[in-house]
Amino acid sequence: MAIALQLLVQIGQMALVLALAPLFAGYVRKVKAHLLRRQGPPLAQPYRELLRLLRKDVVLADSASWVFRVAPYLIFAATWVAVSLVPTFAAGLIFSYAADVIAIVALLGSARFMLALAGLDVGTSFGGIGSSREMLIASLAEPAMLMLVFTLSLLAGSTQLSSIAASMQASDVGLKFSIALALLGLIMVALAENARIPVDNPATHLELTMVHEAMILEYSGRHLALIEAAAFLKLLLYVSVIACVFFPWGIALSGQGPAAYFAGIGVYVLKLAAGGFVLAVFETAIAKMRVFRVPDFLGAALMLGFLATLLLFVTMAG
Amino acid sequence: MALQGLLWCVGALLAISVAAIPVARRRWASPAVYGAALCSSIVGLGLALAALLGGGALLGALTLPVGLPWLGAHFRLDALAAFFLVVVNLGAAGASLYGLGYGTHEEAPGRVLPFFAAFLAGMNLVVLADDAFTFLFTWEFMSLTSWALVMAHHRRAGNAAAGYLYLIMASFGTLALLLVFGLLAGPAGGYAFEAIRAAPPAPGVAAAVLVLALIGAGSKAGLVPLHVWLPLAHPAAPSHVSALMSGVMTKVAVYGAVRIVFDLLGVPTWWAGALVALLGGVTAVMGVLHALMEHDLKRLLAYHTVENIGIIFIGLGLALAFGANGMRAAAALALTAALFHVFNHSVFKSLLFFGSGAVLTATGERDMERLGGLIHRMPLTAFTFLIGSAAISALPPFNGFVSEWLTFQAILVSPALPQWLLKFLVPAIGALLALSAALAAACFVKAFGVTFLGRPRSDAARDARETDRWSLATMFALAALCLVAGILPGYFIDALAPVAQALSGAHLPRQGELDWLTIVPVAQSRSSYNGLLLFLIIALAAGLGAEVIHRWASGALRRSAPWDCGFPDPSPATQYTAGSFSQPIRRVFGSVVFRAREEVSMPPPGDPRPAQMRVRMRDLLWDAFYAPVESLVAYVADRLNKVQFLSIRVYLSLVFGALVALLTVLAVWQ
Amino acid sequence: MDPLALDVAHLLAGGLVLVSFMLLYQDRMTGLVNNFALHALVVSLSVAWQAHIQHAPHLYITAAIALIVKAIVIPLALHRIILQLGIHRTIETVVGIGQTMLAGIGLVALSIMVMLPITARAGTLTQQDLAFALSVLLLGLLMMISRRNAVSQVIGFMSIENGLILAATGAKGMPLVVEISVAFSILIALIVIGVFLFRIRERFDTVDIHALHEYRGEQP
Repeated sequence: MAIALQLLVQIGQMALVLALAPLFAGYVRKVKAHLLRRQGPPLAQPYRELLRLLRKDVVLADSASWVFRVAPYLIFAATWVAVSLVPTFAAGLIFSYAADVIAIVALLGSARFMLALAGLDVGTSFGGIGSSREMLIASLAEPAMLMLVFTLSLLAGSTQLSSIAASMQASDVGLKFSIALALLGLIMVALAENARIPVDNPATHLELTMVHEAMILEYSGRHLALIEAAAFLKLLLYVSVIACVFFPWGIALSGQGPAAYFAGIGVYVLKLAAGGFVLAVFETAIAKMRVFRVPDFLGAALMLGFLATLLLFVTMAG
Repeated sequence: MALQGLLWCVGALLAISVAAIPVARRRWASPAVYGAALCSSIVGLGLALAALLGGGALLGALTLPVGLPWLGAHFRLDALAAFFLVVVNLGAAGASLYGLGYGTHEEAPGRVLPFFAAFLAGMNLVVLADDAFTFLFTWEFMSLTSWALVMAHHRRAGNAAAGYLYLIMASFGTLALLLVFGLLAGPAGGYAFEAIRAAPPAPGVAAAVLVLALIGAGSKAGLVPLHVWLPLAHPAAPSHVSALMSGVMTKVAVYGAVRIVFDLLGVPTWWAGALVALLGGVTAVMGVLHALMEHDLKRLLAYHTVENIGIIFIGLGLALAFGANGMRAAAALALTAALFHVFNHSVFKSLLFFGSGAVLTATGERDMERLGGLIHRMPLTAFTFLIGSAAISALPPFNGFVSEWLTFQAILVSPALPQWLLKFLVPAIGALLALSAALAAACFVKAFGVTFLGRPRSDAARDARETDRWSLATMFALAALCLVAGILPGYFIDALAPVAQALSGAHLPRQGELDWLTIVPVAQSRSSYNGLLLFLIIALAAGLGAEVIHRWASGALRRSAPWDCGFPDPSPATQYTAGSFSQPIRRVFGSVVFRAREEVSMPPPGDPRPAQMRVRMRDLLWDAFYAPVESLVAYVADRLNKVQFLSIRVYLSLVFGALVALLTVLAVWQ
Repeated sequence: MDPLALDVAHLLAGGLVLVSFMLLYQDRMTGLVNNFALHALVVSLSVAWQAHIQHAPHLYITAAIALIVKAIVIPLALHRIILQLGIHRTIETVVGIGQTMLAGIGLVALSIMVMLPITARAGTLTQQDLAFALSVLLLGLLMMISRRNAVSQVIGFMSIENGLILAATGAKGMPLVVEISVAFSILIALIVIGVFLFRIRERFDTVDIHALHEYRGEQP
């Protein structure tokens, strides 16, 4: 009986993140538009885009193989499962012990692997540009991510996101500078992985400087809908991880009742709203970098992770 | 009991090897030899598994009255040997099964068949050896038989040079191992491993032994900077032998290192762990960076072997560092991670080499820049190659991810180490490990994408055909094993428990009985991973998505030309090549590590010649280590060459001088 | 010591190390000078906090000097020098920015490894301050040796002095006299360097050290 209830809550979380992801993307677009003194598209526009794409035909290139057709399903599934494992409104859900943060990042890596292969599948030069740059950014973001995980593991004694949230909530961690450095580093990695400004521009198409859009140039119809949904989910994942680790108050820990879950959902939506606002302001305020400045950017994130670890060693030795 | 069975299998392999010499040219010789090797390997695999899982009942030792008269030949089957025998025989079985199909295309069977069986026998014997003489003898036997296999197609360009370099490096490694055993045996000369274990060496001697063991075993495994022969020699051999060399022989070298450093040396020192782990980290990154610059499929795979050996040595170094500080549980974790990666790598590296062998027989090309679009012509090979690529890139739910995850968990335990240098070094090595994992994924996107996806770049690629069913059966079996080891890692970790117990004094908690088949290396609150559950929910999510879409979304699909922003180009030369795919990484990392520089030569306006871009790279390790040695040897040889052209009188006076000197020494020493 | 006080001191000292890294990351002149102003601001906040928790009022004067002279006056002066000299605004580095920052991390690790065992018997606060001060010093030196531009070398030199201030306050006993004399000597050094920069610029039309090398009469 208890297991059935836990399973229900977990499935509820999976449905919640799937429902909220396009709304979050629409919210960020709306805020950016208002900052530019425009009205902007309605909040529900991403839902309409997904529905429109689902109803359209798929136009497949002659040279596309089964990898091209299967990849959207695998990418969507891997990203959706990864987001479901992040504590959004409740920690310690029944599936969350299947993967810690390293495994979640690796799941996103699987999705990216399939996406890069799909970019190379049709045999055009645009897909190649996107795939090769995506793999460059990924190879630089991984060491930075690992150093941040190391810092978190030093702070919280675990790499399981539920345990991290619980121990950060317990607030015996104190006001440590390393937490701020780790937050900054994680934000930088999140911007790079989600193809946001300053690393990539999510709003344009048909530019040689784009990364994510170039890989999915040949996709159409329901396949494109799945990939866009996966991109929304990935952004939601990173914002949720930042919220869960650095602002864990309001997350219902295991053993609390349904009232705590509903309160947790409310707090989660508020955190998303705040995070989306900050993201929109940041994207409006700075410009996109040259591609070959991205290694310096991610190198700075790696350095922040190292510095956070070193500073923690100093405080722990004292 | 199991030991005798294994020795009989080895004897059978040697007999097959000898019997194959006269009959190699016959048509039935190749299937017969490979079939017999397959049977022998399967029997060996079964015996080794039984010994490993049997809880000590089937282990034992044996002495045969061959070899040196006062020593004999000692053989021992303990937990470590049983595990490595599983790895060796699994690889051997795979290569033999593959050879049933691949061997029919062999143009020089007389050079391959006898040495193949002998090579398998040699590898088995190295793992079973229990005294220094037997170990060195079988080690050299293994090197020589594999050298013969590398030289099988010696008329092809580059193979003879590769074989020559291999021979030099192998001899150099054996010299280092000779010194190791000399130092370990000491002046008393007790060469049996039991005697060596009973008399641990002094700290200075132990340090020298460690360094020499790293040189000796590391050169065969492929540690930087002794890896230079590996990317030349492994691709030169026939494909199933390449798989054996990369997937199995390097693991036998790892076995040698583990046996000497963990078993025979006694209690380790912490700086030994730091050195090994640092070497491992540097090897991993250098290997994968070299692989990214390659566009020969087999050389790319050989460089990846170097990278994975680096990952294994990171785990071994961590185990040494933890062991030196008495942290036994952490040492067991690091050791289990390294040994699990030994198993995983042999499986997916063999799979990838078999795939490249299939591509080679189908198209005759090893160069990726002349392939492409093979997924349409060879769909089954492409599928298994994709699984192998995903496994080697450490992507869940496959097995490569589990062993790398365990290594990361060992790195995350490192803040408990007391030495400051270790505290700072291990996170840096962790960053190197993460970098190499990400670059490996990039490299395999390139390898799979350029070879199998896209459009064919040459007629050979356009006319390729699927390989035979033996090769396909082997590849599918190995791909299935990759998935199983990734989904059910708990059983594999339990199988490694006796090995970890023997070497580090502790083992990971029993994983097989945990709920839902999760693995928990340290503690439930700290971290856990459940491959089976992840695989099931991903499959469910993908299935749910597909079901929803097929029910409510449009199912229409039509084919047309690619969009390509409205300017599709029919020539396949406009698609990305291997060199262009790795250009961003070459620019970021390669300009530092390889001094990679791009030169563009543009003809003046009006000249219709094409512009050319050339990429210049230098192997800095070769320039720093090997080129000076080469020039020194050449210089000394030149000088000594004068001895060839002396007159009779000078030769007689040389003899006279030597005689007088010896007599003087004798007089003084009295 | 009160853990919150310790945490804030750690925050400010660690922040100084972070700003030193930001100095290494900059590749534009105006950004560099503004970053240096931030560096001096953080050091003055750190000294003021130390004055508060160590109950040493003379350190407030040190903090005020650092704030006024180094966070306001010198950056303004440098901005004017840059405008008047018309130096081009990007800074060439000897090796790439990524490698410089990796070297910087190595230096921070080295200074921690050196300082923590030596100061094991002093208090936590002193340990941290000395370790971070040595890091800032080494990072300032790294900046001086990895930049080709004279102005960035001057800024590196002054960030070294900020590190020394941090060390002195952490070691609990920086007499005001020492502070004033050190600060004045730095100021005089800066004025002299500025004068020389103007003369060099007039003569050779550049302050790029690489170009100036040729005029030494030795081989380039």
